[in-house]
Amino acid sequence: MAERSFKREVQDLRLGAGETFTGEGILAITKALLESGVGYVGGYQGAPISHLMDVLADAQDLLGELGVRYEANASEAAAAAMLAASVHYPIRGAVTFKGAVGVNVASDALANLASSGVTGGALVIVGEDYGEGSSIMQERSHAFAMKSQFWLLDPRPNLPSIVQAVKQGFELSEASNTPVMLMVRIRSCHVTGQFECADNLRPPLSVRDALSEPRRDFARVVLPPMSYQHERDKVENRWPAAERFITEQGLNEVFGPETAPVGLVVQGGMYNGVIRALQRLGLADIEGRSAIPLYVLNVTYPLVKDEFLAFARGKDALLVVEEGQPEFIEQGLAAMLHRARSPVTLQGKGLFPMAGEYTGQIMLEGIAGFLKDAAPQLLPGQVIAPNAPPPEMPDLSQTVPIRPPGFCTGCPERPIFAAMKLVEQELGKHQITGDIGCHLFAALPPFEIGGSTMGYGLGPASNAAFDGGGARRAVSFIGDGGFWHNGLSSSIGNMVFNRSDSVAIVVDNYYSAATGGQDVLSSRAKNPSKATGNPISRALEGVGVKWVRQIDRTYDVGHMRDTIREALTTDYDGPKLIVASSECMLNRQRREKPLRAQAIREGRRVEAPRFGVDEDICTGDHACIRLSGCPSLSLKVLDDPLRDDPVASIDQTCVGCGNCGEVADAAVLCPSFYRADLVHNPGRWERLLAGWRSRIITWLQDRRARRQLDFGEAS
Amino acid sequence: MTRMDGVMTPQGADSARAITKLVVMAVGGQGGGVLTGWIEAVARAAGRAVQATSVAGVAQRTGATIYYIEIAPEGVAAPVFSLAPAAGDVDILIAAEMMEAGRAIQRGFVTPDRTVLIASEHRALAVSEKMVPGNGIAQADEVMAAAEIAAARFLSADMERLAVAKGSVISASLFGALAGSGALPFPRDAFETAIRNSGKGVEASLAAFTAGFEAVSAGPAQPEAAVTAKTPAEPAVQGPSAQLAAWAALTARVEALPADAREMALAGLRKVVAFQDCTYGGEYLDRLTALARQDEPAQGFELTREAAKHIANAMAYDDVIRVAGRKTRAARRARIDAEMGRSPQQGMQVTEFLHPRAEEISSLLPAGLGARVAASPRWMARLDRWFGHGRRIRSDRVSGFLQLYLLAGLRGYRRRTLRHAQEQAHLEAWLHKVGETRERDYDLAMELLRCRRLIKGYSDTHARGLSKFDRVMAGADLVAGRVDAADWVRRLREAALQDEEGRALDGALKTVRSFSS
Repeated sequence: MAERSFKREVQDLRLGAGETFTGEGILAITKALLESGVGYVGGYQGAPISHLMDVLADAQDLLGELGVRYEANASEAAAAAMLAASVHYPIRGAVTFKGAVGVNVASDALANLASSGVTGGALVIVGEDYGEGSSIMQERSHAFAMKSQFWLLDPRPNLPSIVQAVKQGFELSEASNTPVMLMVRIRSCHVTGQFECADNLRPPLSVRDALSEPRRDFARVVLPPMSYQHERDKVENRWPAAERFITEQGLNEVFGPETAPVGLVVQGGMYNGVIRALQRLGLADIEGRSAIPLYVLNVTYPLVKDEFLAFARGKDALLVVEEGQPEFIEQGLAAMLHRARSPVTLQGKGLFPMAGEYTGQIMLEGIAGFLKDAAPQLLPGQVIAPNAPPPEMPDLSQTVPIRPPGFCTGCPERPIFAAMKLVEQELGKHQITGDIGCHLFAALPPFEIGGSTMGYGLGPASNAAFDGGGARRAVSFIGDGGFWHNGLSSSIGNMVFNRSDSVAIVVDNYYSAATGGQDVLSSRAKNPSKATGNPISRALEGVGVKWVRQIDRTYDVGHMRDTIREALTTDYDGPKLIVASSECMLNRQRREKPLRAQAIREGRRVEAPRFGVDEDICTGDHACIRLSGCPSLSLKVLDDPLRDDPVASIDQTCVGCGNCGEVADAAVLCPSFYRADLVHNPGRWERLLAGWRSRIITWLQDRRARRQLDFGEAS
Repeated sequence: MTRMDGVMTPQGADSARAITKLVVMAVGGQGGGVLTGWIEAVARAAGRAVQATSVAGVAQRTGATIYYIEIAPEGVAAPVFSLAPAAGDVDILIAAEMMEAGRAIQRGFVTPDRTVLIASEHRALAVSEKMVPGNGIAQADEVMAAAEIAAARFLSADMERLAVAKGSVISASLFGALAGSGALPFPRDAFETAIRNSGKGVEASLAAFTAGFEAVSAGPAQPEAAVTAKTPAEPAVQGPSAQLAAWAALTARVEALPADAREMALAGLRKVVAFQDCTYGGEYLDRLTALARQDEPAQGFELTREAAKHIANAMAYDDVIRVAGRKTRAARRARIDAEMGRSPQQGMQVTEFLHPRAEEISSLLPAGLGARVAASPRWMARLDRWFGHGRRIRSDRVSGFLQLYLLAGLRGYRRRTLRHAQEQAHLEAWLHKVGETRERDYDLAMELLRCRRLIKGYSDTHARGLSKFDRVMAGADLVAGRVDAADWVRRLREAALQDEEGRALDGALKTVRSFSS
């Protein structure tokens, strides 16, 4: 079950012509797919399109009714490969994954798909995770479109434009026999808005029907001599066809006056940011009517030469607003101007930074800078010569701490890394790699474990150079998501085949947790449409791993530590695999909380555990926090003049996972932790027993109080 | 290409100024998404064009997250909204935590010409603040002061406490504060309708909404007064009459100390007597009085005050007997019940996590025997085998309680233990050095007193603290005689509290050695 449910929202996917849809970008995309008569959909989760996968999963009933096949693909490569259905069959297909990383993983399939060419419209929807808050390396998917020759759409970031781009994407794909990539930036995936709906369409040919009449066309197989013909076909036929379609259907848009000394060439996704900058400069009104011509590239690849030169004609200077690097669009446009011997000056990077997100401030400065130089008469006087310096703000850079994401309260991965840290305190520092997933948060304080991340499922593989062993064995971590994505073959198979003398720890939290809690092969939950419950340890044995330790409660820090120590010190010189399994606490709470509340309401007995710290026993050295970092384990400044340092304190968000107590025990930290189990609806016998106990204990306490001074809480 | 309609002439002023731009800065898991949804619903219900966006990648996972909302003015049907906030262009900023308010100011989202800043005064500490062995908590008052300068209007209250008190989450009290601020042109019931329509935990959310609403509309002074209701300073002392008389005699002796140090001395005395008995309290006052005689009225008796604190902490060391005693007091169970919110109908099970080592056992033995055992690796290994493993003790059960109770009862015997002998020796050596130093350098003596703060924790942590204490003391010998000796010792101590392993301390000591050798 995914972290976020769209069960209610997917009802809106049934809206028909004449009705207005209100909601988030990802839902709008799904609705557009259904209105386009898509025959099959799939993908792999990852921000920012995780929720698109969740929407599709929650919409399975509707998809089924329409005859649309939905697959939660094993990886982006598998998703892209699925588009093969559109090679020979006139069926529209769409897959979605995270930009940059997803495109990397899928590149083999995408390249083959682009070479073969398609009959039915093939759409790859990539969510670009670029800029602030991104969890991946910063690269452009644009390069893949250029090298493999598929077309790249970057629509204006509002719901009607995105919906239109989906429909046009399929048409463009079919008109040019080329797959199309639709890029949506992270904020437009989550942007809310409205659009006018059309009716959903059943696919004219469903994948089910296609199976009754199989087709093949040798000309589309990537084998010599066809592969050579494909390249020629791309350049001679598909590209011109695409240009024709883009021009005739008007996919790119022009705003503002027909004649002007200057103009802006804008990636579709940058449009709103550009308009905001123009609004602030008094050069666009609130509804986007502009005083400066804008050429908006809703298709950023290929660039259409005639269209661009027509826009450039009669202007003195153009500014390209293109986020990211290298500046592919700017280079392409500059070459066009150069070849046409155009006198128009082209500017872009330089006024804008080569690297980094185009934030509001950067956009304002870039455009104002361009106009100051190229058309100062357009700018308000205040911009050209500001009369007052901006007010001086207090410097808080030394005060405000950074706040990177970390393990959630009660996360089952925390004790694994606490154990690893304890082992390192014993045996010294080790060479450790991480993978992709929540467990990568261990690289940050307080654990600071794991030094590299080479790709999804590649954690153990990235330790391969150290497989031969040495003074201390290398350790790698891999999540269950990464394990099934690519890890089983690329990492574990690699270890077995090369007789790796290192240790890999599979962090199995029952879900693809970092991407929002989607099920994977080894998930324990019953999923009505997917086959779950395939244990990782059996897969390991199947692939030939002889040394496997399965841990079914990661919170047992002592056991966890002993197992890691054993793996690092055993005589066995083959690959050593530890599967550390406990359910993701976010998902577990989501599942159990309502059930628990229900049980309490019904008067059934429920134990609710929570941890506490005896503040008078805690000395304020915070060793427990250095082995935890739990959000619910925080500090409290005591109202005691004798104490200088704040003491540990556990707040009401504690879920009683037990890590605090286990760590205090395993690391022999201090005796201030206790677990308090609040018993709701205790039975009659239990209440009676508690009463007796309490009376005896009270008697003992009174006895002692009679013999020595008691200061209450204050001492 | 498609030619779109619409041309305008330059108008010289920001045409999007009429769009209300609202930023929510939250910590993952605070319900920033819910709050954003509510705000959007209010605006949409009022017939406004509205747009919300977020970067939700790390929502739920404790990182800093930003939500952004734009609301068009009345009558504008199809505005072009921005998808991200820009510095200097934000009307309302809601910070769900004090340092997030600071981050917003840093990023230029709070400007004096227009921004209404609504912030919760509570702190969700970042890991970097919590993991410091000393006090690493960032200065919230600096952010409060900056907010006064940076914002056009600054409204704050402890929104977390207000919400938790109503059984809700902070998003609801912040929503109430937004309504109460009057920064959005919608009536209160429009906000409440948005909560009602969302359909989940409505009653609790509405109660927290009201609390937030009132906290900012009541004016800044009133809610504060309610928060800082301090507990009475003088708790009642109870016990047998002979000891009460002895206690009264001790408090009378405190009166003889310099006035500036009395309060601290009384707190220290209470701690020491609670730790052992009135005789021990007398010894505390002997030590303190001796130092007070050496003190300087011109310095406001700061040395005595510091001594009152640190001698008490040193004398009330954390041994097994003290821990067992603290865990078996009636007041403790009452505190746990209150903290966990137990009602009389509910049960409560309390499990203690204890892990004695051979060192704890040997230090409980009579001093002579204990020292011999501690010196014998064979005996220590044996003790570790017998006693040294993790214990989970159910202190709500009679059997578990009795184990701790009996241990606590060893108090009378404590003075004969090895641990006591060690602590006394350490204390005497330290105080001797302080007294000696006092003759030459008042400030340095005070810094040496303060170094006692380095010794804390149990087992390895305690050993590490002791070693840091020793190293700082050794560093003090190197700088003794310099004019800035006290300052150097202060720096060494602060370095020692920065990290666990003492890397900062090593660096500082290296510097000291570089100029003292």
